[in-house]
Amino acid sequence: MNIVMTGADWLSLFVHYLALSLLSVGGAITTAPDMHRYLVDERHWLTDPQFSASVAIAQSAPGPNVLFVALMGWNVGLNAGGYAMAFFGTMVTMVGIMLPSTTLTYMAARWGHANRELRGVRAFKQGMSPIVIALLVATGWILATGGSYARENWPLWLLTIVTAIVVWRTRLHLLWMLGAGALLGWFGWV
Amino acid sequence: MMSTTEPSAPTETRNQPKSLSDLFISFTLLALQGFGGVLAVVQRELVEKKKWMTREEFVEEWAVAQIMPGPNVINLALMIGDRYFGVRGAVVAVAGMMCAPSVLILILALLYGQFADNTHVAGALRGMGAVAAGLITATGLKLMGAIRKHPLGIPACIVLGIASFVGIALLRWPLAWVLLGLGGISCVLTYRALGAREAA
Repeated sequence: MNIVMTGADWLSLFVHYLALSLLSVGGAITTAPDMHRYLVDERHWLTDPQFSASVAIAQSAPGPNVLFVALMGWNVGLNAGGYAMAFFGTMVTMVGIMLPSTTLTYMAARWGHANRELRGVRAFKQGMSPIVIALLVATGWILATGGSYARENWPLWLLTIVTAIVVWRTRLHLLWMLGAGALLGWFGWV
Repeated sequence: MMSTTEPSAPTETRNQPKSLSDLFISFTLLALQGFGGVLAVVQRELVEKKKWMTREEFVEEWAVAQIMPGPNVINLALMIGDRYFGVRGAVVAVAGMMCAPSVLILILALLYGQFADNTHVAGALRGMGAVAAGLITATGLKLMGAIRKHPLGIPACIVLGIASFVGIALLRWPLAWVLLGLGGISCVLTYRALGAREAA
């Protein structure tokens, strides 16, 4: 896939990630649906498989899951031409997703700690919880369906459902699940 | 006066990072162990092995890390680094969490670029993607226990949760609408419920 990224496009990508950073309550992954809407559906800077691969590689590699954002920037840059652009794209998305949230957290953590008995603080903490939980489930849903509901994908959906239940109910190491998924996919069973 | 040698209660011993480089290396090693998420590793390493925080401190800080925007484990690293070395500690802890894993993941992405056309590799990635979707769903399911004692009550939480899910997953509303709209409503209702509970 080849795309053209103007300076204004890069700026708009950066600003979008700055905004998502402030909205990423519950972790960067909860903004993944919006990234999909923006990058794939609206701007056509990434293909759907590139989007899914970015998340899958970041999930299967060690490190914070937020690195899927680095891969999205990487892929946008790659689509726009070459490894230098890819590196630039990584910087744009990562600085964008990190800067506002870390600055805010740094300041708020101190304030929140000092005022943790206030009703407003507790209302925010507890009021957001059902929304954050729903966002995580919605993210899983969107990753599993990839924006389409093709019926022949049922083995993949089954794998997602089984994984969710196993991880939810047991303490099996996540690596076993990822390995199993890779093997099933390698042999073309899902 | 209590003597300093004999604590009155069996408090957990608490160590602390020796230096900024100790902080950096500790978080790098920790991040490199965290396949599919770092949180479980953070708890085991920092609380149980290194004893930089007590379990109570961990839970408290985790709550804040979770409600603040941004990657939760990054927020947690930031807060821990800040606790010991101020702003320099915060920067070093986050850098430790990010540097080595970023390099590793870009190498993986490069390798993937070479083999993306291979049906086996594409299949393996597809399979891992389905598992990753399941892992994230499971995180949401695990957290559902957190609403058991919610001031709004379980039914109201379920309604708010389902509305958020439908808005995001099915109707594909922009995230800001859901967070500001439904999240705002939820916070206001919770504030009032907490007030009523205090008045009672």
